[in-house]
Order: sequence, then C-alpha cells, then structure tokens
Amino acid sequence: MDVSPQAAGSPEHQSVLQERWIAHRRIVRKRWFVVFGLAALAIVAALLDLFTGPAALPVNKVLHGLFDPDTLSRPMKVVLWQVRLPVALMALLVGAALALAGAEMQTILSNPLAEPFTLGVSTSAALGAALAIVLDWGVPGTGGAWLVPANAFVFALGSLLLLQVFAHWRGAQAQTLVLFGIAIGFTSGACLSLLQFIASEDALQQLVFWNMGSLARADWSSVGMLAAVVGVTLPFSWRAAAQMTSLRLGDERARSFGIDVSSLRRWALVRISLLAATGVAFVGTIGFVGLVGPHVARMLVGDGHRHLLPASVLIGASLMALASVVSKLLVPGVLLPVGIVTALIGLPVFLGLMLRRRSMQA
Amino acid sequence: MTPLLTFEVHDLDVSYRNRCVLSGISLPRVQAGEIIALVGPNAAGKSTFLKAIAGLVHATGRIELSGQDCLGWSVRERARHIGFMPQALPEDTSLTVLEGTLAALLGPGGRITRADELRALEMIESLGIGELALQPLMQLSGGQRQLAALAQAVVRGSPLVLLDEPVSALDLAHQWEVMNVARGLAAEGRIVMVVLHDLTLAAQWADRIAILHQRSIHSFGIPDEVITERALQDVWGVAARVRTCEQGRPYVLVDGPAGFAPHTFTSFEKTERL
Repeated sequence: MDVSPQAAGSPEHQSVLQERWIAHRRIVRKRWFVVFGLAALAIVAALLDLFTGPAALPVNKVLHGLFDPDTLSRPMKVVLWQVRLPVALMALLVGAALALAGAEMQTILSNPLAEPFTLGVSTSAALGAALAIVLDWGVPGTGGAWLVPANAFVFALGSLLLLQVFAHWRGAQAQTLVLFGIAIGFTSGACLSLLQFIASEDALQQLVFWNMGSLARADWSSVGMLAAVVGVTLPFSWRAAAQMTSLRLGDERARSFGIDVSSLRRWALVRISLLAATGVAFVGTIGFVGLVGPHVARMLVGDGHRHLLPASVLIGASLMALASVVSKLLVPGVLLPVGIVTALIGLPVFLGLMLRRRSMQA
Repeated sequence: MTPLLTFEVHDLDVSYRNRCVLSGISLPRVQAGEIIALVGPNAAGKSTFLKAIAGLVHATGRIELSGQDCLGWSVRERARHIGFMPQALPEDTSLTVLEGTLAALLGPGGRITRADELRALEMIESLGIGELALQPLMQLSGGQRQLAALAQAVVRGSPLVLLDEPVSALDLAHQWEVMNVARGLAAEGRIVMVVLHDLTLAAQWADRIAILHQRSIHSFGIPDEVITERALQDVWGVAARVRTCEQGRPYVLVDGPAGFAPHTFTSFEKTERL
C-alpha cells in the first residue's frame, strides 16, 4: 500500500519493520520460555506431592521406587504406588482439566469470571452425587464404587448438554449462555437442598464430604479415565487455539475473518463439558482452580491461545499439586479435603495478584 | 483480484425475528476504485446493510460481487472477498495490535509465515500506528483501537472493504488519515463502502453517496445530487444550508429542526452583527 507517510519500500522503512519483527519474535520466544518454566514448576510440584504424606518415606527412596519399585519394602511400595502416585497424578490431571475448561470458557463467554462452575456444572454434579448417596438412585448399569462418580458425571454432562440445546435454540451467544448456566445451577442447587433436607444424618455427612472435593478417592482406574479425557481433548483445544484467539476480538470480527463462531463455541462447550464433568465426578467440587489458573496464565503470556492454553493447563496442574501438598501438611496427621485448601489459599493469592497487577498498571 | 471488480445489490431484505430491518435495498453497479459513503439517520439500517453484505446477518435478495451472487457463500468464502470493520471496537484483550492483525490475516486456519508478519507490520505502519504494533489493544485509546481495527479489516487485501463508522472516535487529523487510506484502497482497485455520520466528510471523500432512510435507499448518486437541503429536511428532519466549496464538493451547515426559520433565531452570526 502506498499511503504511508514515509516512502514505503525505502531502506529505512524496511529496517524499521525488520526491527519490529525481531521485537515481536522476542516476545513470542519469551512466552514459550514462560511455558517451559511452568512445565518445570508442575514437575517440581508433583514431586513435592509425592514426597509428602503421613508415612515416613525418604526422598531418595521415593525417587528410586519410582523407577525401580522392587527396591521398596512391600508397605512402602503400596504407599507410593497405590496412594501417593494416584493422588499426585489425579491432582495434576484435575488441575489441568479445570484450568483448560476455565480458559476456554472465559473465551467463548467473553467473561473473565467464567469457570466450569459458573455454568452450574458442579452443582449439577453434586445433585447427581446426592441422588446416589441419599436415595441410592443411580444411572442403570453402575453400582458399587462407581455409583456416585457415574451419577455425578452424568448430571454434570447433562447440565451442559441442556445448555447446548438452549444454545442451539437461541443462537450460541455469550450472554444467553451465562444466563442459562446460572439458571441451571440454581435449579440444581434447589433440588440439592431438598435432598439434603430429607437425607439421613449418615447420608448427609457423606454428601457434605463429597461436596468438599477430595483427592483421597483417586485410584488408577479414575486416574486413567481422566487422563484419557484430557488426552483426547487437548489436541482439539490446540487445533482450535488460533480461532479462539480471534474470538477474543469479538464475535463479529471473528466471523468477518471467516470463522464459524457458532460451531467454534459449540465444540468448545463439548470439550469443556467432558473435562469439567469428568474432573468433578472423581474429586468433587474444586473451586478457584478453573478461575485462577487461566487468569494467572493470561497475566504471564497474554491472550494468544497458543500460549494461554498450555500455560493454563500447567498452572492449574501446579496449583492442584501444591494444594494437595498443603492439604497434607496444614493439620499434621489429618488429610484435609483439597477443595477447602484451594478455596482458602486460592482466593487471597488471586486477590493479591489482581491488586498487584492493578498497581503496576497505574 | 479479478480485473472486472463490480458490486451491486438487488432487492435486499433483512428481518430479525419477523421484524423488517431492511426492505428492497438496491444499489446500482459500482466499479472498482470507488468509495461509496452510506449515510442516514440513526437506526436507518446502515450497519445492518453492511453486516448483510459481510454475511453476518441473514438476508434475502441478491448481492453480486463481480457478477457472482455472494449471498449463498460460506462465512469463509465471504471473508476471502470482503473485509469488514465492525462499529464496536475490539474488546479488552491483551492481544497486541500485530497479533490482532495476524488473526485477521490467518482467518479460520493455516499458518502464519514470516512474510505474513511483515505484511501485517507494513499495514500497521501505513496506518500511522507502527509505534504501537507491539502494544496490547486494551492499553490503546479509542482512536488508536479504531485504527488497529481498520488494519484488521483491510490486511487480507479483499476486493470489497466495508467500514462501519471508521472515524467516529478520531480527531480531524486521524479522520483525514483514515479517509486517505480508504482513498488509497480504492486507488488499488478495491471498492470501499463506508458508513459515515458526517455528511461533509462523506461529500468530500466519496465518489457516490447512498442515503438510507426508513429501512430503504432514499437516494443514491454523486455528492452534489444527493446532499441537498431537501434531503436533509426529509431524511434527518433538520433545516440546513448546503453550500459548495471551491473544489465543487458540497458541505452542510445545520441550523435547527425541520421547519426552523433562521431569521427567528438569534444565531451566533446574528448576535455578532447586533
């Protein structure tokens, strides 16, 4: 184009462009460094999680035992391989799933406060769990240990499917979706209260504990299932990343770039549904990770989803692993429900970060 | 770009939930190299018209781009031929001006190459916001964001460019700059359709002007023919004087509501004389 004030194509002009290009590349490279740093943080956090626990298990034995289980005594082997490792992996996976779901949800709803629970996912999951715990009513074909998580999963997924139907019916617009999600959440909440009201004392205690969110229920089969869901979803999220970045510029703009925004939003909702419903089904309600993870990621690497998604996943995983460590250490000898820890620590940390950011901008 | 770029609209209807928003809109053939200004009072349907062309609202009728009816085109195909700058500024995002422009260039898929990045930088530079290329959009002023949005709309090099109030947040110098960019795009052989509120600006820059009134085209033609005292009274409901400047382009001075007689009013001019 030949409307520039300086002569386009002149050597000075070209060198200015070249310099800007190099500066842009430098920013991109810096963001990738941050992502790698976060990956290291997640690994360290997971190791810390493995090292802590009521059983005395020295660090070097843990490290050896990971690669060569036969060097451990039988009880130590059980502690490491049947308790600590599933819990640590579950922490990483749940954190990753919730943060990824949160990041995508914040984009498709163009709402920085969105997280899986904004749309009533956790209350619906809790309602499903309550039906199983209180009335012993479950999805046909499930039973025993699977009754509660299967019910929670079906209800969480159901609430999001209902949302999909609404979205299809009314056009998938951000504000409508938020409103429907809140309505679904409140309705589930009311049904949940009703069940709590009629529940026996025993069932009520069990229900309340389920609701707090705990990693203690993790075993290899639940870890495997969540890993499969995260593993299947991640490549699709990655593929949609560039389009999701465009969506940050607004619906109309994204569409004028040639992006089918309705379908983008619908598929993102499918991914979010799977991630959130599976995560909630196995560990119960975990607050703040889905909100804080993407927020911190945004502060570190910006809105480009190629960086934002991996950063959110890694921050979510690290946060959950660290919360798991704290839940073992906070009261000696007692394993606190990790949901309490994330809420207790997550909120002040989050507020601190936001306030610091404000003052930095000012 | 096809050598014979033309654009015309036949009998375009748009309705939202059974409410008619535009009816029977027709524009005669427009040639490559023309700037068409779309003017009219608020709620006349100017933005809707542009959105209908860009494929963002459902419309019936015929929209022809170089002889091809583009109403049936997919979003993707339209994006290849049409660049659209919405009225709403980009939302609060930490994407940089360059990243936003790259998003527009990338569209629904593909890879960004170094050549693409340099091309986007070139476009940003040519709009006079080169210094801001690596700034987050949310840290820019309204006017700067408008220029960044313009870069997104034109960077793909689409033959038809639609601009919805591109100068609403800009000072006089930047208004001139944006209109000059539009002129440059037209000179490259594109067609530029721009919604404007300032009739004098429209008359100064546009080759032809379409007045939209009550959901349909009131008049269409060269500025001299269209911008008349009569039209201002009928369409905008104002009493105004239309004068002609040295270059022969009309300009507009608004006196008051329709039926208003200037001599009954102590205008600034008159006070001075008193």
